[in-house]
Amino acid sequence: MKQGSRFWAWLVFGVGTTYFVLPLVATFEFSLRKRRGEYSFDAYRSVFEDPNFQATFTYSVVVAVFTILLGVLLVVPTAYWIRLRLPNLRPVVEFITLLPLVIPAIVIVFGYIRMFGSNSTLPFLATARGTDALLVIGYTTLALPYMYRAVDTGLRTIDVRTLTEAAQILGAGWTTIIARIILPNVLIAVLSGAFLSFAIVIGEFTMASLLNRPAFGPYLQNIGANSAYEPSALALISFAITWGCMSLIQILSRFAPRSANRPN
Amino acid sequence: MADSTMSQTASVSPGAPEISRLRLPLHWLGVTPFFIFALVFLILPTVGLIAGAFKNAAGDYTFDNIIALSQPKLAAAYWVSIQISFVSAVLGALIGLAMAVAVVRGGLPPWLRSATLTFSGVASNFAGVPLAFSFIATLGRLGVATILLRDIFGINIYSLGFSIFSFWGLILTYLYFQIPLMIVIITPAVDGLKKEWGEAAATLGATNWQYWRMVVIPVLWPSFLGTTVLLFANAFGAVATAYALTGPSLNIVPIQLFAQIRGDVLYNPNLGYALAFGMIVITGLANLFYILFQRRAERWLK
Repeated sequence: MKQGSRFWAWLVFGVGTTYFVLPLVATFEFSLRKRRGEYSFDAYRSVFEDPNFQATFTYSVVVAVFTILLGVLLVVPTAYWIRLRLPNLRPVVEFITLLPLVIPAIVIVFGYIRMFGSNSTLPFLATARGTDALLVIGYTTLALPYMYRAVDTGLRTIDVRTLTEAAQILGAGWTTIIARIILPNVLIAVLSGAFLSFAIVIGEFTMASLLNRPAFGPYLQNIGANSAYEPSALALISFAITWGCMSLIQILSRFAPRSANRPN
Repeated sequence: MADSTMSQTASVSPGAPEISRLRLPLHWLGVTPFFIFALVFLILPTVGLIAGAFKNAAGDYTFDNIIALSQPKLAAAYWVSIQISFVSAVLGALIGLAMAVAVVRGGLPPWLRSATLTFSGVASNFAGVPLAFSFIATLGRLGVATILLRDIFGINIYSLGFSIFSFWGLILTYLYFQIPLMIVIITPAVDGLKKEWGEAAATLGATNWQYWRMVVIPVLWPSFLGTTVLLFANAFGAVATAYALTGPSLNIVPIQLFAQIRGDVLYNPNLGYALAFGMIVITGLANLFYILFQRRAERWLK
């Protein structure tokens, strides 16, 4: 019987692996076919030499960095404060951080377009810079569930109260406590959230496209509609980026403290 | 949920020591930026849309937009969306569960388990435009797998009616992020199946099938259902994959909404808001069920 179940396990695993590996192999093979009759990396070269690729990718990296900064500024003090002083509010905050999973991105951005138009009180969409800011804000909401969870998990492993009291006795103000005591202690958790945010944001299509920003996601879509081999190369590049982010998270998690000195 | 918490907070604070009354403003100051952000950039835009769904162009309250959702094209869009989300969620959940059970309990080498989990973490985030590219390169009309099947096995899947741009093509593509998401979420629940339960069942003379039917399935059932509805919501809100795969032609809700936002193709902004409202209702219900099932499931995970 044991032997039988192992056979089924291998079968399931084998079929699943085929389904997951085949598209990657096929995409790779396809991406090498740009030069007629032989394999070459021409598709990759043409992607990397495309000024639009460089411009949109740089744009998305910058947007991702600002998204991470805004996310950290928003989440770390809030999660810290909730743990320290307002534990009763935790369910409310958790509920809010889960909302972006309930409200699809396309609905959120639709709401933005309706609410922040040129004639509104907060005319984000009146200028290009304002729209960039709105894109960063939109991405921050998308990454909020992951960022909050990561930071909250990190805070669970340190003794927030004792650290805060010790810092206060030594005369530290709130900014110092958060920036120089709490943040370094949860840095690994924050970085995990940051890389996950990066993976989500870098190729995002819906928000960037509807806000008309020259980001990597809309560029990908445009290339897909207009060329044959470059999309495959880009798909693999994107997969590599996602893979890189996830690997970094895994590596970081090895350095994370496992348990709290005093769990609260 | 929010109401009960608020009243709970209110009932706690009178009992708190005097110092806390002195510091009360400061207390709230710490979370104010977060709540302002959530209000302005998450809640108000959504509430604005929902309110717009119940107004006509003149600003009067009406149910006309909601009723107009039943016009054939939009009703069909919802129906196709629900079907695609449902089928991809159920298939993704079943296959994902089978794979999770295989790597956790199937006696496979331990490194396969961590490799599978790592890959699932990557693949569940590998959605959108690049995923569509991969499947076009694999199963498109000139895709590698299509050509291989034709030239080696003599099976022309396109003459058999398959197309990557069709209903089943879309589901096959969605499964690429649905299955890994299921694996990531369900593995802790499969881990929670204690060895002792199997031994206890065996001691009482249960067959393998009885153990599965009377122990494993009832324990995993809430997690399974909960994750399935989460996958449903996940597929329902997905825009980029479908858009990159089929272009604006496929009649599903997110793509209809995308076209509506781009250029008011319905010639009625308020009907667009109603379309978005319908999406929130469906994904909201799915998430509500997810939370309910997850609560039920947590009983066994202690």
